[in-house]
Amino acid sequence: MLTKKLEARNLSCIRDERVLFSELNFVLTSGQVLLIEGANGAGKTSLLRILTGFRKPDDGDLFWDDLLIDDTQDFYQDTAYIGHNNGLKDTLTAEENLRYAQALASITATIDDALEQVGLNGYQDSLVRFMSAGQRRRLALARLLCTHKPLWILDEPFTSLDRASIKLFEQFITAHVMQGGLVIMTSHHDTQLPPSLVQKIHL
Amino acid sequence: MKHSSLFQAFGAVIKRDLSLAYRHRAELINPLAFFVMVITLFPLALGAEIALLKRIAPAIIWVAALLASLMSIENLFRSDYDDGSLELMVMTPHSLSVLVLAKVTAHWLLSSVPLLCIAPLMGLMLHMDSDVIGVLLLTLLLGMPVLSLIGGIAVALTLGLRKGGALLAILVLPLYVPILIFASSAVDAAMSGFPISGHLSMMSAILFLAITLTPLPTAAALKMSLS
Repeated sequence: MLTKKLEARNLSCIRDERVLFSELNFVLTSGQVLLIEGANGAGKTSLLRILTGFRKPDDGDLFWDDLLIDDTQDFYQDTAYIGHNNGLKDTLTAEENLRYAQALASITATIDDALEQVGLNGYQDSLVRFMSAGQRRRLALARLLCTHKPLWILDEPFTSLDRASIKLFEQFITAHVMQGGLVIMTSHHDTQLPPSLVQKIHL
Repeated sequence: MKHSSLFQAFGAVIKRDLSLAYRHRAELINPLAFFVMVITLFPLALGAEIALLKRIAPAIIWVAALLASLMSIENLFRSDYDDGSLELMVMTPHSLSVLVLAKVTAHWLLSSVPLLCIAPLMGLMLHMDSDVIGVLLLTLLLGMPVLSLIGGIAVALTLGLRKGGALLAILVLPLYVPILIFASSAVDAAMSGFPISGHLSMMSAILFLAITLTPLPTAAALKMSLS
């Protein structure tokens, strides 16, 4: 995987006339995790929405591989996202959901492999409606695995996961980063990620 | 690593929406039932005035089709917005306007095509002549996609509002008026034996204009709803 770089220069975000953060700078390169911490309402999700390009920063710029992220389409070529909602369709099966995600992005790993890796083997034909919250979260993770983008943006990835699943999630994040991927995530939980890989921002 | 083509993505969006609709068949029937019921009520209310019924039949069918389309368009982006799949659709390397066009195409297939199939039957029930029914179908064929396309903009704009229903109708109905006028005057002309090619050309022009232009503001409004 090629080395990639995400750089933020002087980002600031103002909501309802309150400054959530300003003059925020960071550089994230391949092989690193950016962990965004902060109390409720500190602006974690706002920062994440700026980084996903859904929201324009009130000031400052974002660069992907030294190119200003202006037209987001090239940036989205390399980006995968799991938000508060998993982005899964309740009335489609696990496999149909993943197949749709692949058709929109890219086809790399096979769907069966991805499901096997997150421990959902045998759930191919189950409707998402009948899955538990934790299983849906894992299915969303399988989506990251089978579309294979360098930059993962994860909003509270560990919500509704049990201890074993959190561990699994962390393993995949570590493996992805070790292979030269980049991860940006927010989390309330203490993470067990290797400290040498993690860069923290406290809002 | 193989990136998906725009064509694949377009097909995937349509296919997904069709299979979702197949799993919610009951919702699919609603606009169709509404269409049939509204039209059936007119002969009952007017009584045995066949001449009058024949005269206003095209207008009845068009207004019913327009309202049925408005009824079903509300859900175009709602569930995608609620479950987060809209975010995924925006975060693809593909042009969002093309994917919007795919969604609208799926909506047209699901809501308008069934109406088109049942409209001749409704025409017969209202004592329309068979050649006028032909013209009516042509206007529906050209006009209904425009309704879905224009409706898409308004739906995307009202997505952030919890109860956008009434506002949606206010936004959209004035924009539906031109297509309604051209369609009904085409059918009127056919009934009085005048040529209709002018009306149909105008409607085709509106259709192509809508196909090329409406996905852009819809995509922009969708992005705005996420910020």
